Amino acid sequence: MNTQNVINAVRNLGARTIETVWRGGAMSRFFWLVLTQSGMSFRRLHMMRREIYFSGVMSLVIIMVSGLFIGMVLGLQGFETLQTYGAEERMGVLVALSLVRELGPVVTALLFASRAGSAITAEIGLMKATEQLKAMDMMAVDPIARVVAPRFWAGVISMPLLAALFSAMGIFGGFLVGTVLVGIDAGVFWSNMQEAVDFRYDIMNGVVKSFVFGIAIAVIATFEGFDADPTAEGVSRATTRTVVTSALTVLALDLVLTGFMLRAV
Amino acid sequence: MQIENVDFAYGKRAILEGISFNVERGKVVAIMGGSGCGKTTLLRLIGGQLIASKGVVRVNGEDVGTLDREGMYQMRRKMGMLFQFGALFTDMTVFDNIAFQLREHTELPEDMIHDLVLMKLNAVGLRGTAKFFPSELSGGMARRVALARAVALDPTLIMYDEPFAGLDPISLAVVGQTIRKLNDALGATSIVVTHDVHESLQIVDYLYFISDGKIVGQGTPDEIRATTEPYIKQFVHAEMDGPVPFHYPANNYADDLNLNHQIKLTGNTPMQSVEANL
Repeated sequence: MNTQNVINAVRNLGARTIETVWRGGAMSRFFWLVLTQSGMSFRRLHMMRREIYFSGVMSLVIIMVSGLFIGMVLGLQGFETLQTYGAEERMGVLVALSLVRELGPVVTALLFASRAGSAITAEIGLMKATEQLKAMDMMAVDPIARVVAPRFWAGVISMPLLAALFSAMGIFGGFLVGTVLVGIDAGVFWSNMQEAVDFRYDIMNGVVKSFVFGIAIAVIATFEGFDADPTAEGVSRATTRTVVTSALTVLALDLVLTGFMLRAV
Repeated sequence: MQIENVDFAYGKRAILEGISFNVERGKVVAIMGGSGCGKTTLLRLIGGQLIASKGVVRVNGEDVGTLDREGMYQMRRKMGMLFQFGALFTDMTVFDNIAFQLREHTELPEDMIHDLVLMKLNAVGLRGTAKFFPSELSGGMARRVALARAVALDPTLIMYDEPFAGLDPISLAVVGQTIRKLNDALGATSIVVTHDVHESLQIVDYLYFISDGKIVGQGTPDEIRATTEPYIKQFVHAEMDGPVPFHYPANNYADDLNLNHQIKLTGNTPMQSVEANL
């Protein structure tokens, strides 16, 4: 009996590994197809504009409010620590660097995956379940070019913009806490920040990260929708997979990118 | 449209075996059979969404199985297909659904597309719903809009997948008559996959019956009404038992209810065991 359990466990592990590798390969092929079928999205910008509205503009509230609160919390926590060393004037630097280097891209990506990524998966999955994608294919219109590519590029374009807004709102939150609540001089707050934050090293690295996260989330969200089982349960599972896979991928990519970026100095 | 000795299987499960028939231009043909007999698979083979594992499917003389993606899309531009539940694009209005193919495949000016769409909608009696979204339509109306969309580019071959399923009697008659009229007006060929015998007998020119992946009967509506062939008779007259068994193959009923074991233990007859279980 025990031997049988071990055999079953190994068999399950093998099946899961094969499934994971297979899905990785399928996703890579899907990504390539999306890239090669993207011409229509750029020829008909109105299609992409509509998707940017749904993915980007509709995510503004959650991104900006979260950015503001996280910036304020960073300010409070930072002040507490910096005060110990008598360096509370450096609070602006701490808030800005934390946001533009790490928290801006990463938290925005996690929120974007939950808000827009899941919506993209659910929408494409439901189109599949109701045979809309099949109907489109039968009308000689490629669903990857017409449905997937505009959503993919909308995600890729929206992510860095949302991350920039998140960081800006966070810095504003830190400024409010620093100047209004704690009493740091506004001039000191901004001048210290301006002096310490480097455009290429800090800001551009954050932009590169958010761009890469945008690609990852957009591929995962569209692939999961396109690959969903055409049932209510299948779409539900695909939506969950989008959020979980995106979150793990973003965190893993962040580690890799940060490693490269720090070594580059 | 010709189908020659076509086989198709999902993995090891055979769906169609040795199917052959022709449909002449201008005819409306029904393909009938019980659920899961392979009717929809046949439509997908004709539309190139599936490729036959053996045999040839020809549409307008072209072998569907040998076409590349571009060739397949060229062929599909001359086809229209009505899906079982309409498959209307839910993020577009009725007008935009009908205009979809015209905008994708033609360079027609928008005012001409406007007129063409309204003409198609008028043909199915739903010009007044142009600004509605699919969620605002009843099942019958959605099916008629899907019908108008299927013929938007004046196809030469129109395929209908269960066009009558779930419709009330009035919608059913309207959809049936519209299929016939559109086919005659366009000079097209129509293939209707359905299990609605009575509506089909009124609108089609010829019927094929499929069971277990094979053609088991065919004829004109008059021949079908008069037939004594057991399978067709059972189907047309909706008889519960016949060549198509009521029960799906299963284990011994008494074994499944665990009665034989109880009979051994108690010495009861099978009926006593059933009563004891109740």
